[in-house]
Amino acid sequence: MNTSTIGRISALLLRYFFLLRSSWPRVLEIAYWPTVQMIIWGFTSVHFSHSSPELTAGGILISAVLVWDSLFRSHISYTLSFLEEMWSRNLANLFVSPLRPWELILSLAMVSMIRTLIGMVPAALLAIPFFGVSVFELGLPLLGFFLNLVFTGWAISQAVTGILLRYGLGAESLTWMLPFLLAPFSCIYYPLETLPGWMQAIAQYLSTTYVFEGMRALILRGEWMPDLLWKAFVLNLLYFILGLGVFCFAFRSARNRGLLLQSGE
Amino acid sequence: MIPSEQVLKVDGLSKLFRSKLAVSELTFSLSTGSIVGLLGGNGAGKTTTLSMLLGLLKPTSGEIRLFGHDFIKDRHAVLHRMNFCSPYVDLPQRLTVHENLRVFARLYGVNNSANRIDELSEDFRLLDLMDQPIRRLSSGQKTRVSLAKAMINQPEFLLLDEPTASLSPDVSQWIRQRLMDYRDRTGATILFASHDMREVELLCDEVVMMSHGRLIEQGSPQALQERHQRDSLEEVFLALNEKGGGV
Repeated sequence: MNTSTIGRISALLLRYFFLLRSSWPRVLEIAYWPTVQMIIWGFTSVHFSHSSPELTAGGILISAVLVWDSLFRSHISYTLSFLEEMWSRNLANLFVSPLRPWELILSLAMVSMIRTLIGMVPAALLAIPFFGVSVFELGLPLLGFFLNLVFTGWAISQAVTGILLRYGLGAESLTWMLPFLLAPFSCIYYPLETLPGWMQAIAQYLSTTYVFEGMRALILRGEWMPDLLWKAFVLNLLYFILGLGVFCFAFRSARNRGLLLQSGE
Repeated sequence: MIPSEQVLKVDGLSKLFRSKLAVSELTFSLSTGSIVGLLGGNGAGKTTTLSMLLGLLKPTSGEIRLFGHDFIKDRHAVLHRMNFCSPYVDLPQRLTVHENLRVFARLYGVNNSANRIDELSEDFRLLDLMDQPIRRLSSGQKTRVSLAKAMINQPEFLLLDEPTASLSPDVSQWIRQRLMDYRDRTGATILFASHDMREVELLCDEVVMMSHGRLIEQGSPQALQERHQRDSLEEVFLALNEKGGGV
């Protein structure tokens, strides 16, 4: 990576830092939703622990919520940063500058990681005094679960930002919809066997399924299964390449159709 | 200033949107240090042409050579030497003027950016606005900031899409003067898309006139008036448009 590339990436990081600094509700919002989610599921978990302790053993529900949220937050943070450029009609300024598309992607990924950590770390820390659950006790595997889901989030974001480039802000709702499409198949709160056969068939192609199966094995049985993480990683790599393909195809298509100058609805 | 070598050479440039030919076989060149007006009515193909010259739109056919590089194949080789300004593209609204200029200075790899921003804030009378978010500025102030952004990297080739659209005559005149000063000081080449004939007459050394996606006339404003025996560029344009089948 040469100094020009680093300069351009740092320019975008600075741009998103200025944006956050200009609006305290945005900063608050980053940590707000993960914390609210954690509190709601925390109390749900406390409630279930009286009647069905096996459902909440080892803080599985709260851990699942927090880990799942890392996918959602990484995706939303990436896509919202891109949407900011569309909302402010600034994309053309970026695309006529020396900034290369892959530098934009890398910048968005870095911003997404920073925002995800700002959102997740306070929620995870608050779960300790509130509910006595520390996801950090998962140790190094937590990093594996977290990075895999962040990677999944970026793969989805690549495809969504590509679609936004091609179809404009009319496709904005996909930002919120797509991660939730994965959720029922991802076995976040229940084991894979809970799903009917046809859903299991789909679930086995999702990296998220392996992450949550691996997490459950570790929390409930104390069993560390790195093969599940590897499977998730390989699938994520494929998704990422696929997402990148969608973005590049959409970028070329938008460039052919003259959509980069006035990207909007 | 005596125009010398060619900065831009456009050869047979066309853009087809499905069945609509937006730009057809456009051929022209720009000399270093010239201010050239790209003139045409609505739908003439000015913005399409500018978009192709900026790399935002891929031509269907033809060639663009910019600073001797094949711009269509490798635009990144020269993008740092150019810049643009258009009222149809905004700067991030929540960022202040100073923050915007800092971001774009970094994006263009400007050395000693603090000094450059100081210079621009003086040139474009932005000193009192530097801490204002873009969204709070009037359209005239926004245009001044957009022009400052467009000059942040001291571009050798500056593309402007109707930079004075919807501005009052005094602000428009002030901006025209800044552009001429910039050209005189740096020797930059400026391509200026407009449908304001009077403005082009005042500012440009040369005019490329377009209608229905085609180049219909080219030359200095005076030469065009003489050639068509008209008193103004507007009359030349109207006469040519009439010949070519109207608006």
